[in-house]
Amino acid sequence: MLNTFMVYVENKPGVLTRVASLFRRRAFNIDSLTVGRTEKPEVSRMTITVDADHDQARRIEANLYKLVNVLLVENITNQPAIVRDLAMIRVAAAHDARSHVLQLASVFRARVVDVAPESLTIEITGAEDKIDGLLELLRPYGIMEMVRTGIVAMRRGSKSGEAMALTEYPSAETDAANGDVSYSV
Amino acid sequence: MTDQESAPISGPLKAGKKTMTGAGILWECLEREGVRVVFGYPGGAILPAYDALKHSKIHHVLVRHEQGATHMADGYARASGEVGVAIATSGPGATNMVTGIATAMLDSIPIVCITGQVGSKLIGSDAFQETDITGVTLPITKHNYLVTHAGEVAQTIREAFYVAKSGRPGPVLVDITKDAQQGTCEFDWEAAKPQLPGYRPDLSPAPREYAQALELIHNSKRPLILAGHGIIVSGAMREVRDFAERAGIPVAMTLLGLGAFPASHPLNLGMMGMHGEAWVNHTIQEADLLLAFGMRFDDRVTGNLKTYATNAKKIHIEIDPAEINKNVKVDVPLVGDLREVLLELMPKVESVDRSEWLDSIDKLKGDAAVRDIQNLPDSGHLYAAHVINDLWRQTRDAKTIVVTDVGQHQMWEAQYYKHEHPRTLITSGGLGTMGFALPAAIGAKVACPEAEVWVVVGDGGFQMTMCELATLVQENLKIHIAIINNGFLGMVRQWQEFFYDRNYAATPLLNPDFARLADAYGIRSMTISERSEVVPAVEAARAHEGPVLINFKVEQEDTVYPMVAAGAALHDMIRRPSPIVETAEDE
Repeated sequence: MLNTFMVYVENKPGVLTRVASLFRRRAFNIDSLTVGRTEKPEVSRMTITVDADHDQARRIEANLYKLVNVLLVENITNQPAIVRDLAMIRVAAAHDARSHVLQLASVFRARVVDVAPESLTIEITGAEDKIDGLLELLRPYGIMEMVRTGIVAMRRGSKSGEAMALTEYPSAETDAANGDVSYSV
Repeated sequence: MTDQESAPISGPLKAGKKTMTGAGILWECLEREGVRVVFGYPGGAILPAYDALKHSKIHHVLVRHEQGATHMADGYARASGEVGVAIATSGPGATNMVTGIATAMLDSIPIVCITGQVGSKLIGSDAFQETDITGVTLPITKHNYLVTHAGEVAQTIREAFYVAKSGRPGPVLVDITKDAQQGTCEFDWEAAKPQLPGYRPDLSPAPREYAQALELIHNSKRPLILAGHGIIVSGAMREVRDFAERAGIPVAMTLLGLGAFPASHPLNLGMMGMHGEAWVNHTIQEADLLLAFGMRFDDRVTGNLKTYATNAKKIHIEIDPAEINKNVKVDVPLVGDLREVLLELMPKVESVDRSEWLDSIDKLKGDAAVRDIQNLPDSGHLYAAHVINDLWRQTRDAKTIVVTDVGQHQMWEAQYYKHEHPRTLITSGGLGTMGFALPAAIGAKVACPEAEVWVVVGDGGFQMTMCELATLVQENLKIHIAIINNGFLGMVRQWQEFFYDRNYAATPLLNPDFARLADAYGIRSMTISERSEVVPAVEAARAHEGPVLINFKVEQEDTVYPMVAAGAALHDMIRRPSPIVETAEDE
């Protein structure tokens, strides 16, 4: 199954390489990886999705923690979270097809960001399955080009992972509730 | 003052601060970290550091190849428990260190490797002797650094030492550009404190996990301790012994665990794994509880995971959370420092009479003694096991440090040299690095000048790093070298014998006359091919004031038994043929 990790790292040169290299070395295949700034200049944040079972996900988390520059790792796969992907889709839309494409975009609350005589470029933001849904419907018209950012994710509610990263760390008891074997991190 | 401007090594004192070059700061910080000796090889990009060495109290050992420098730092660390330091130049100097760094990584050995790098403005230009060594060593170091300013040197060195020796130890590489060595800045040790907000080496288990572990221990009828290298790293020898004695639990050893629990202790069963004692492997398969102490269920100790210890619950005491459930699924993980975890468990462990279990293990020994080569009729041939057994009997009282290479002789050493004390066996376990023994022994001898040090090495591995004989002589070290010379890459030949239809492709060796080679270095030498000559040769070597090389010409096609074939179940062992056992079975 796809696991989603939020990873807080020190904003230093080479940290992305260390994280990417870890997945390669331990033979885990990254499905999506995004990295960007946070509200703190010294901290960068990655959202990584990777296909892994429960045990593998735990080992990925433990291995990420072994990287000296990693501040905090949260597996939010089974947690309430806002997950967003952004896609830009250039779709063939000449003459009579154009109004259909515009309607579909409107239903999906996507925006048209570029108009050409034979095509429309649509920008859509949302969970991955929503974007997949629009793509499915646009395919018959002819998708000429498509690019996606990969997902970014944030926990719902007021709990801030960032605050934890620089103050406290999750205790072993967080896993106790679901009866798993656990270790303190 | 610009980076490029030359400046005196130390300037006037200003409120605890002084102006120094990056090179000067490097040596100052190494001294403050307690470093007395470094192993290195100079070159262009590290020259500013070498120039500043004259102001330092640190002794520099000039090696003959940078791989040797890393193995020496490694041997130094294994023998002393302190951080070993190796130093080299950029490019080929740095890449020559790769094997030694990977060796230290796989065996969790704290070493710091310092490499020169081309000037920071040249980085990325494919300059002369430029290699991206932090990129190259990224997966084989615990952490590494590229330092491009003199002002970063102090904090980086402090962090490097802290990371190398804390938690699960490992190698750290610090790559310092030439301009960072030449540049100057204010040096302030106090202000250069490590800042590692994400690094947490000090984990400890939850109370709930202790309770679960105790329940498993108390409910167990057939428990077994698997004693690994972590015992030595943690310094938990006393605690493991107390725990085993109190709970009446027998102990099986990993290769790197040898010495962590006295070989002569009645609860010590011996070594487990691919070339472990047959009864130890059977005991693992019979056990109902395995207590893994600082070991990582390497494939060489588990055999086929599907059939490994299927009757047993598992408790894993381990400092590295990433090891939990990596190879073997465990029931209770206790993540933390082994010594601290055992001290926490100990008062709650009940003393139990386990004589029934111990008796049944004794029965598992079966015909092992009969199959032991020591007890086979004398064929007139000299076997490696004879040499090692004799060496052990002669040197056992001296807390001798034995440094082995990799291959058949390494396994025979593990089987026949009975280690009573920690840090008396130094061997490359995880990476299995041939060529390790001689340089690692030099490091061990430098760390422990009073100790008797023996190198036990094959004729193949010896030739990989024998250039370090010059280092040995130059440093005037009394190290004894026992070459177990069978004219083959013995372990590879053994695999060819069992699994490749005796097609001995590329394993027979054409060797030099090792005795004359030693003579060329001014090292006393002997060549031995008779069993009766072994003890006198060992005694002559011990009595000699300098280093001695003994070329033991042993049986060419001997085989290490027992053997669990790669991928086979742990209890499925190839045993040494014994005419006595086989005759009895035929009847």
